[in-house]
Amino acid sequence: MAKGKYIFWRLVALLLPYVLIQGLLGAGLISDFQQITLMMMGINIILAVSLNLIVGFTGQLALGHAGFMAVGAYTAAVLTLKIHQPFLLSLILGGLAASLAGLLVGLPTLRLKGDYLAIATLGFGEIIRGILNNVEYVGGAAGLLGIPRLTTWTWLYGFLVLTLLGVMNFVNSTHGRACLAIREDEIAAETVGINTTYYKVVAFSLGDFFAGLAGGLYAHYFYLIQPSSFSFFRSFDVLVMVVLGGLGSITGSVLAAMGITLLNALLQDLAEFRMIIYSLLLILVMIFRPQGLMGRREWSLARWLEKRGEARGPAGS
Amino acid sequence: MGANGAGKSTTLLTIAGLLKPQKGAIYYQGRDITGLPAPFLVKEGIALVPEGRRVFSRLTVRENLELGAYLVKDKGEISARMEEVFERFPRLKERQRQLAGTLSGGEQQMLAIGRALMARPRLLLLDEPSMGLAPMLVREIFRIIQEINRQGTTILLVEQNAHMALQVAQRAYVLVTGRIVLEGSARELLKSEEIRRAYLGGQ
Repeated sequence: MAKGKYIFWRLVALLLPYVLIQGLLGAGLISDFQQITLMMMGINIILAVSLNLIVGFTGQLALGHAGFMAVGAYTAAVLTLKIHQPFLLSLILGGLAASLAGLLVGLPTLRLKGDYLAIATLGFGEIIRGILNNVEYVGGAAGLLGIPRLTTWTWLYGFLVLTLLGVMNFVNSTHGRACLAIREDEIAAETVGINTTYYKVVAFSLGDFFAGLAGGLYAHYFYLIQPSSFSFFRSFDVLVMVVLGGLGSITGSVLAAMGITLLNALLQDLAEFRMIIYSLLLILVMIFRPQGLMGRREWSLARWLEKRGEARGPAGS
Repeated sequence: MGANGAGKSTTLLTIAGLLKPQKGAIYYQGRDITGLPAPFLVKEGIALVPEGRRVFSRLTVRENLELGAYLVKDKGEISARMEEVFERFPRLKERQRQLAGTLSGGEQQMLAIGRALMARPRLLLLDEPSMGLAPMLVREIFRIIQEINRQGTTILLVEQNAHMALQVAQRAYVLVTGRIVLEGSARELLKSEEIRRAYLGGQ
């Protein structure tokens, strides 16, 4: 069967959400509140998919995704706001800064086997917040104000697609196989000749790169970033999305990120009560679907089209 | 051979490069390989079948075997090796699309050995392949080990099942707290009074 058979449909599926929403935005049919929710969905998808690469595919528990997001957000915001650099460059440098921070945290801890990464990343998240709170140059606890609003739906969607394609390609490559092997059994992975430290560090800093990108997009949408926007609770939120969607399913992360963002928006008035509903939801999922919504499965357009084709009769007739 | 905690597994893990020795040196084919990393040693032909099998349980049998040839880039070579493994273990061929975690203990042991064979080792390290298997399966596994050995692969076997091990081995070593206290041809050790008392349960 021709490999490029579904290229047209793939492009349609890829562009449809973008065109649809862009059209609705242009026609003024999306309220400000809906727009915020929409943008948060995109940012959360990037965060969840990138964390899934670390936790779901490589099996390394990381609890500081918000910290890396903060590194990206502050780096990008300082670059555009204070040094007047172009948006794209700032975003990418923000991602690279987060990735570098990931390397610094990951190199010493990922050489060990066990849950050291969880502890180190938990600490890292708090340290970053502590530093940002005390550096006057970035506004201390009051945060950075007046960041230009450069994140549009087009930018966000572009980076969303980039993240999805980037993570999918990585996961389906030999590198991804190596990561899966590490998740399944680190010692066995070593015995077949996989350099486990190398792949754990690569997956971790690649995931952090995308978290940094998400941070930059976030900063340039909300004008304002504060250290308190990147607390442990945000890391936890993202982790919930990954677990809920299914460890090791990109589709699952996308769906869970959308669902939880929507839930957050709907329950906004309930403030702290939200956490109770959250916990209940998690407990229910753990009881009835411990593998998450999607388990390890992915939704594939080609497979779906093929199935429909079979149902209608032999393909090509 | 040796009691629990004698250092048998540690010896294998160190030879395979998963642990670094605190002192001493390891020579392989006349070359000092002390402290070299595992991926390098796999390339040099040393493969370990770890204790407790350690298959990648949520990956399929096929994926497990593919990972065994992780360092081989040539696709044709990988499938040729896989055919060899399937010939040796027809059971694995039947179950190639099944998740490794759903295999029985004996099948998992076969898969663990097959995965190591995918690297085409010259030296195969086996850590207690009989652990937790029914006697009939133990005999089957040992038959396969002997066959692999006869076809030209050196085997270093760690076993609790001393009787079985001494019957298939050419040389044997007894470890006590990290030291070799007894060594010799397997036939000699099988007859030795000391061994009979300590490991074979004879009076």
